[in-house]
Amino acid sequence: MRDGTRLGFILLLTPLLLWLSLLIIIPHIDMFLVSLRERVGVGKYEISPANYLTFLQEPLYLWTFLRTAVMSVLATLITLVVAFPVAYYIAKMAKGRVRSLLFLLCLVPFWVSELVRTFGWMILLRETGVISSLLQYLGLVHGPVEMLYNDAAIMIGLVYTSMLFMVVPLITTLGSLDDAVIEAGYDLGGSGPSILREIVIPHAMPGIVSGCIVVFMLSLGNYLTPTMLGGKDSLWFTELIYSQFIVRFNWELGAAFGFVLLFLSSFIVWVMLRLTGQTLEKTMG
Amino acid sequence: MTPDLQCIDLTKRFGDTTAVSDVSFSVPPGSFFSILGPSGCGKTTIMRMIAGFLAPTSGDILIKGKSVLDVAPNKRPVNMVFQHLALFPMMNVADNIGYGLRRAGLPKRDITRKVGEVLERIGLPEIGRRRVDELSGGQKQRVAIARCMVLEPDVLLLDEPLGALDLKLRERMKIELKALQADFDTTFVYITHDQSEALVMSDQIAVMNQGCFEQMGTARDLYYRPETPFVAGFVGDSNRWSGRIERSDGGAPELRTDSGLLIRGNAQGRALGDGQSADIFVRPEAIRLSRNETELTSLDNHLKGRVTSLLFNAAASRVLVRDEGSAGEIEVALPQSGEFDDLAKGDVVHIGWSGEQANCFAAGAE
Repeated sequence: MRDGTRLGFILLLTPLLLWLSLLIIIPHIDMFLVSLRERVGVGKYEISPANYLTFLQEPLYLWTFLRTAVMSVLATLITLVVAFPVAYYIAKMAKGRVRSLLFLLCLVPFWVSELVRTFGWMILLRETGVISSLLQYLGLVHGPVEMLYNDAAIMIGLVYTSMLFMVVPLITTLGSLDDAVIEAGYDLGGSGPSILREIVIPHAMPGIVSGCIVVFMLSLGNYLTPTMLGGKDSLWFTELIYSQFIVRFNWELGAAFGFVLLFLSSFIVWVMLRLTGQTLEKTMG
Repeated sequence: MTPDLQCIDLTKRFGDTTAVSDVSFSVPPGSFFSILGPSGCGKTTIMRMIAGFLAPTSGDILIKGKSVLDVAPNKRPVNMVFQHLALFPMMNVADNIGYGLRRAGLPKRDITRKVGEVLERIGLPEIGRRRVDELSGGQKQRVAIARCMVLEPDVLLLDEPLGALDLKLRERMKIELKALQADFDTTFVYITHDQSEALVMSDQIAVMNQGCFEQMGTARDLYYRPETPFVAGFVGDSNRWSGRIERSDGGAPELRTDSGLLIRGNAQGRALGDGQSADIFVRPEAIRLSRNETELTSLDNHLKGRVTSLLFNAAASRVLVRDEGSAGEIEVALPQSGEFDDLAKGDVVHIGWSGEQANCFAAGAE
């Protein structure tokens, strides 16, 4: 019996271990080794931190890196601000069928691929697109307006693609808040904003942090949205990695970029956890 | 003296259903008022209207003589202890109690002092820094009351706060709640479906059924002189018979039950005519049990029966006696004075009760 459970445990664990080691750990170790070598001649390599130094010495790389980080943090905050009222309404105010329906409506856009959804935004925002035509038709502007290929367009795309990943954890934590606790807040003299600040947000903190971590990682690692909505000047760090690997065949530098990105995301997640006083176990459990 | 709380013709309708219909009552200052009723009778609706979470369809609510209908719940001089207490799990005990004071904008020093005082008063001076989930059930209870009382409300509402406690603790909290109420000298309005909670603690009890008040009075009034069949059946235990009045002899009618028993009862001034169908209620503890007939001859009703079952439940033990003439079983309290310790199933016993103890109501009044 005991041996049986043990065997079952091993069998259940095997796919996970295989997945982790084959797809994550081994490639990363290899990438790390690649990032640490420098090409000194045809087919000749030496171990050196040259690739990392290149990253630090080239302003464009550093600038893109910072820009990606700041934009991702901003996108995360905007997503939180937009998603919180939506989640609050679904979790606390809507009842029964309306609640399921609203939740489904949040989910529906995710049934089509990210590519198609991003094209949807391009149709809306481009020079000959819906919004531009509408503004011209209404006589508000005189020529076509280009709303694509700028930072605002990237931001819209990032917020839109990651909404669901913020809404779901928020609904879960807000749903576990007893209505009576909110009522008790009112009963004891609390006003709407103070209850939000002292009761609702502290209660929803694990959901807020886990939503933020997911959205931040998705934004940071997003390739499609910045490329399509930001155009060729979008300067997103993942694009740099892509071009090093695919366009310039400089795997060494690409691997170093990949590692820098990994450190950045780990660092920012760590800072986020420290600032909010949450632990990873609490937010993921 | 102006009552602390007064409700006038309070009515609440949800669509077609009337949850509360024309309820009026007033609670004098410093008293313990209970609303007792089965679940779904509308008592929580009344409480939520007083707290301000629901607006009445019609009627008025006055606190210290002033209407509070236009006052938002966070501005009303009433506070509520919720059914599951609703302590703020994200704060420690002192912050929970201080919440209302912080919202009222008191200086930090005063808040600390007041919180300390109220913790002292509920007998838990050391727990200010503890987390809510580290407290026991009884401690949570007291903290929830302290959180309201620190704001010195005119009226404290309590929505079945003892429901989640186990039996022993509930018994102790009943006494403690009553003592806290006397200590704070604040008007308590308590709603419950548990009659023993209401009977033990209250100065005045209103029995509620299907959105209306059936009777309002002291615990003794409700128990000894129920005014409606619902109250007779709901407060305390009762044997109940339906039948027809044979002789409406003034205030002491005689009723022939459907099972053939003739019972002399007491109408307490209610009009009952000959031949009218009626219900009669007799409490198990009002029935005397005896082994010989002569002891009971002075009582208006007496009969001989056989014990069909013994329901032992310590002080609340019962004997079921089957009357020889009719088919019905009668529940009789088993005296714990020792003389019936050897009573066994199948024994022949005599039972009797005075007509004064048998409340008679016209049928269909419920």
